[in-house]
Amino acid sequence: MPSILQLNGLTKSFGAVTVADDLSCDLEQGEALGIIGPNGAGKTTMFNLITGTLAPNAGSIRFQGQDVTSLSAARRCRAGMARSFQVPQPFSGMTVFENAMIAATQAAGLSGRAAETLCLDVLEQTELMNKANTLAGGLTLLNRKRLELTRALCAKPKLLMLDEIAGGLTENECVSLVRTIKEIHASGVSIIWIEHVVHALISVVDRLIVIDFGRKIADGEPKAIMKSAEVQEIYLGIAIDD
Amino acid sequence: MRVTRTSSAASIAVIVGTIILIALIAAPWWAGRADMRLLGEIFLYLALASLWNLMAGYAGLVSVGQQAYVGFGGYMLFALTIFGGLPPLVAIAGAGVLGALIAVPVALLIFRLRGAYFAIGTWVMAEVFRLIFAQVSALGGGSGSSLPVDIVRSMAEGRDAREALSYWLALGIAVVVIAAVYLYLRSRQGLALTAIRDNELAAASLGIDIWRTKFVVYVVTGALTAMVGALIFLQKLRISPDAAFSVNDWTAFVIFIVVIGGIGTIEGPIIGTLVFFALRETLSDLGTVYLMVLGLVAIIVMLKAPKGIWGLVRARFDLQLFPLGYRVIQNKTDKD
Repeated sequence: MPSILQLNGLTKSFGAVTVADDLSCDLEQGEALGIIGPNGAGKTTMFNLITGTLAPNAGSIRFQGQDVTSLSAARRCRAGMARSFQVPQPFSGMTVFENAMIAATQAAGLSGRAAETLCLDVLEQTELMNKANTLAGGLTLLNRKRLELTRALCAKPKLLMLDEIAGGLTENECVSLVRTIKEIHASGVSIIWIEHVVHALISVVDRLIVIDFGRKIADGEPKAIMKSAEVQEIYLGIAIDD
Repeated sequence: MRVTRTSSAASIAVIVGTIILIALIAAPWWAGRADMRLLGEIFLYLALASLWNLMAGYAGLVSVGQQAYVGFGGYMLFALTIFGGLPPLVAIAGAGVLGALIAVPVALLIFRLRGAYFAIGTWVMAEVFRLIFAQVSALGGGSGSSLPVDIVRSMAEGRDAREALSYWLALGIAVVVIAAVYLYLRSRQGLALTAIRDNELAAASLGIDIWRTKFVVYVVTGALTAMVGALIFLQKLRISPDAAFSVNDWTAFVIFIVVIGGIGTIEGPIIGTLVFFALRETLSDLGTVYLMVLGLVAIIVMLKAPKGIWGLVRARFDLQLFPLGYRVIQNKTDKD
């Protein structure tokens, strides 16, 4: 399997604080990778580095074999990376459908009917169709998270990056979200998913990495990782459902 | 399930708008000379306000230096007709092209600044323009110059024909500007611009090149503002650095219009222009009291209706005369 994403020695620090410390990681085409770690471990920073929201101090990022380290966030998105934000970032003054249209036209490069059809299909899939004409600023938390996912999907990504998309959802909401993400994964999209809701995460991902203090401290098969001593120590008190 | 981009309000607006436009085109046959002058001025302010609104209300580029382009366009009209020997109509188009060319280096410079610093930067830039043109002795230096009579005569035979032509040009530029803003905002780039207005972080993450989008808006606005400037001074027939680069006339009043009418909407500048001229025509005899009333109106609107008069209307009636968005219409059968 060729790898879709290769991180090589990514390092980023803000003053004396190192938020990414020599991070290296390979993601295979079609693979679903989970990322866990305590709060402030540098998970979202890793996303910001991969998507180009932040520039690394050292290291390189290759996406589909191409070095994208110096490309802007916008260029990386058009190349096929799409993300959801941990704190939802809707276009508040636009409707849900228009939010989706931004992704379909700007990121996926579609226009006219093709863009509209894609948006309608995705809204159906993410269960937001009944809110299509609602202003995004007036959505509930669950629907804002769904909108994040909707926009990312309308970008027609090859690599989908989800940042705590299940956080704050009820059990039922979480189940339907997991079902949607499994469908996306089954369609061949590579996924990187940061999540604190571990049981949701390991029901989807093929591999898990653990980050603490900006360093990768474990990498491997999800259930084995969760049982390892280091992870148990960090996640003391968090039980996993088998 | 289908997607629509029109509404019944918009269809009515098209019909009413067309009737008003036809009546305005026919104004030389029903309006007096003074009324036509006033209407011409209204159209030019409408164009300036729509352009400023595109920049500040959509692209987030709050410029207080658009007088740079008004004055530049005016001076280019004079220079191209007097020294270039071009007919005035060609010179107006030329002013637009040169306005775009000059906007490029200006943008490269001031786009390094953000927010309030950007606003101050644009103002400083306009002052630089004023000082440079005050040095050009061929154009009258600090005291300015008049458009030679033979150039004015070359526009059309007879005074009535010239007045009518300059009226139609003002109406034309206002229609062109509003149509251009409307079509741009409905386009793919316009969708990107609206996304930038709402959330730059998300916009960049969805493939939108923020710098480039704003740059295009700035340059196009500069070009069209320069053309409006050329028309303003074709009506005035006289130009001087202080009149050409007046921050009061070409930016402060324009900001007033947009804020009162409703920033970030196409309808806002139209409403604002009508309110501004209604106030001016009824109060301007009062001297300085007139400016105080303008200030008072601005303060009250900003406190009571921060989104302007059109913002109030839209919130209450969900009305859009220039529909930019998309509506999903769900058939009853596939609703569940």
